[in-house]
Amino acid sequence: MSAAILLLIGLGLMTLGYFIYSRFIANRIYRLDPDFRTPAHEFEDGIDFVPTNRFVLWGHHFTSVAGAAPIVGPAIAVIWGWLPAFIWVVMGTIFFAGVHDMGAVWASVRNKAKSVGSLTGDVVGKRARSIFMIVIFLVLLMVNAVFAVVIAKLMMSFPTAVLPVWGAIVVALIVGQLIYRRMISLPVVSVVGVVALYALIWAGPSVPIQMPAEVAGLSGNAIWILLLFLYAGVASVLPVWMLLQPRDYINGLQLFVGLLILYGAIMLLNPALVAPMINDDVPAGTPSIVPLLFVTIACGAISGFHGLVSSGTTSKQLNKETDARFVGYFGAIGEGCLSLAAILVACAGFASLTDWKAMYSAFGQGGVTAFVQGGAYVIHNGLGLPEVTAATLLTVMAALFAGTTMDTGLRLQRYIFQEWGEIYHQEWMKKPLPATLLAIGSCLLLAFGAGGADGSGGMIIWPLFGTTNQLLAGLTLLVITVMLVHYRRPMWYTLLPLCFLLVMTVTALVIQLKTFYDQQNYFLLGLDIVVLIAAILVALECAAALKRHLALAAAEQADGR
Amino acid sequence: MAADRGEKWRAWLSQARFFLEEAYSSRYRGAIARSRRDHDDLFMLLVFSEMMGVPNPASYYTLELQPLLLERFHDWHRRMGMEHSPLDHFRCC
Repeated sequence: MSAAILLLIGLGLMTLGYFIYSRFIANRIYRLDPDFRTPAHEFEDGIDFVPTNRFVLWGHHFTSVAGAAPIVGPAIAVIWGWLPAFIWVVMGTIFFAGVHDMGAVWASVRNKAKSVGSLTGDVVGKRARSIFMIVIFLVLLMVNAVFAVVIAKLMMSFPTAVLPVWGAIVVALIVGQLIYRRMISLPVVSVVGVVALYALIWAGPSVPIQMPAEVAGLSGNAIWILLLFLYAGVASVLPVWMLLQPRDYINGLQLFVGLLILYGAIMLLNPALVAPMINDDVPAGTPSIVPLLFVTIACGAISGFHGLVSSGTTSKQLNKETDARFVGYFGAIGEGCLSLAAILVACAGFASLTDWKAMYSAFGQGGVTAFVQGGAYVIHNGLGLPEVTAATLLTVMAALFAGTTMDTGLRLQRYIFQEWGEIYHQEWMKKPLPATLLAIGSCLLLAFGAGGADGSGGMIIWPLFGTTNQLLAGLTLLVITVMLVHYRRPMWYTLLPLCFLLVMTVTALVIQLKTFYDQQNYFLLGLDIVVLIAAILVALECAAALKRHLALAAAEQADGR
Repeated sequence: MAADRGEKWRAWLSQARFFLEEAYSSRYRGAIARSRRDHDDLFMLLVFSEMMGVPNPASYYTLELQPLLLERFHDWHRRMGMEHSPLDHFRCC
């Protein structure tokens, strides 16, 4: 099978999804109204509530939701063959992610731009809100731990990328100062920033920096993890204009450039997919494809994290309600395209099936390394860039994504600790520094607790992260469904994805429970049990809320209201 | 024709600049505006505190600078033609 044809099929299906299915959902189910006064207009304050051009808003929404997860998940999941991953990413984007993301924006806009968390409290109930907070905390915890492990692994395997990845931070710091002090205008700064980043990528291969295998009794991997958290901790307490803002900006530009390079290389080279369509010969120890495929690929098919972005920030800036379709649904499609590229390079970027099998020697292997190596192969042969430079480029792309998500995730986790300090009247916990330390401590505990002292095995929590993320998406879908019941509109378009997600997450959790027990990994076993309890509570809450609200809607109908 | 093209080019540039600037600032507009508001609040409190009946914390917190300023203060009141310190709580001679 040729990669370019598969790419075109995927893009074609997603285009159809946007023009047909999303139009149907927007007009018939959510009934987006161009005359509805959105919160951005109703509460306009120039700070949080600002009506924003929809292309700009889409750019922000897309770059906030696109991280390393839509790359890592699919690049792990192709171990079952390219077809299952391809189908789940394309169908998931069309029927799950798009509906979920657009729905989250819509639900929030219709409720004074509240976040999904507080919406759950208002629409479903207090209990559901508490579950929601716990699930959010778990997702953030796992995101931070897993991404630290991902970056550390990249730094160890691709020492040529160390200079550009850390140099990017310096570039961002300088760009931040240049803009803040209004020394040169933004268009110039943008060009200079991107050129500086690519110059660093170009210089990377001549200055490889390899962390020794062991430093002061700790493995090199562990040192990188500690350094990353040190960085993320500092970044999350610095003023945003200093580091986060310029970093996000350059990263956003780099995302579009990187995607163009990848897609261009795939189209020019048109490599054959060496990986099997469906892998009958999976390595020993690989779990069953159902349900694990559906939690391994979370972002890229459907992800609860998107609901947080949609309802927390995007909904406050939506100019017209009808823009929700472009921003939410098309944002999900953008993410689907990134996942599609990850699948293609992880399946076509190898010279032979033997090479591919050597990379995917066990479940959890491959992943981002396969993305970098496969992508480098495709770019090298398609665009003629030296292979080591191409590998550095993709490593930087993946590491920067993971890094920005870590910055944001740690900041959000700090807010949660501060909020708990407020609820439980712990003065010390309200302060930024102790709250940040608590956040870092809990992430480190997970990264090392799950993967042993060198932190290299941290990737085994990946499916667990996917599960928790799907659970979050399920809660958001529940809020949307209950709202639809209230408006007496068809609820199946959100209820079916919700049921599917719940069945897949619960079975995946039970299967993993056995795996962790067999591995005698009691730390993850405990975590699995916590997530499982949350999942069961979510399922019960769904059943109870729907029953209650269906009865309510029926009673209202009987009253003739 | 050339002028027309120049016009178009300028319009395109300003459009590009608008998108870049929005892209840079809109995500963090809220966070920056909030921290600016906090700074402004503190500034207002320091400047107008006595007017609002709140003792100015600045004089309390700068008390420990007194020994460092003593010499210069002494020179200053001599230059101004005052034999002794004009302030009761700041005696240097």
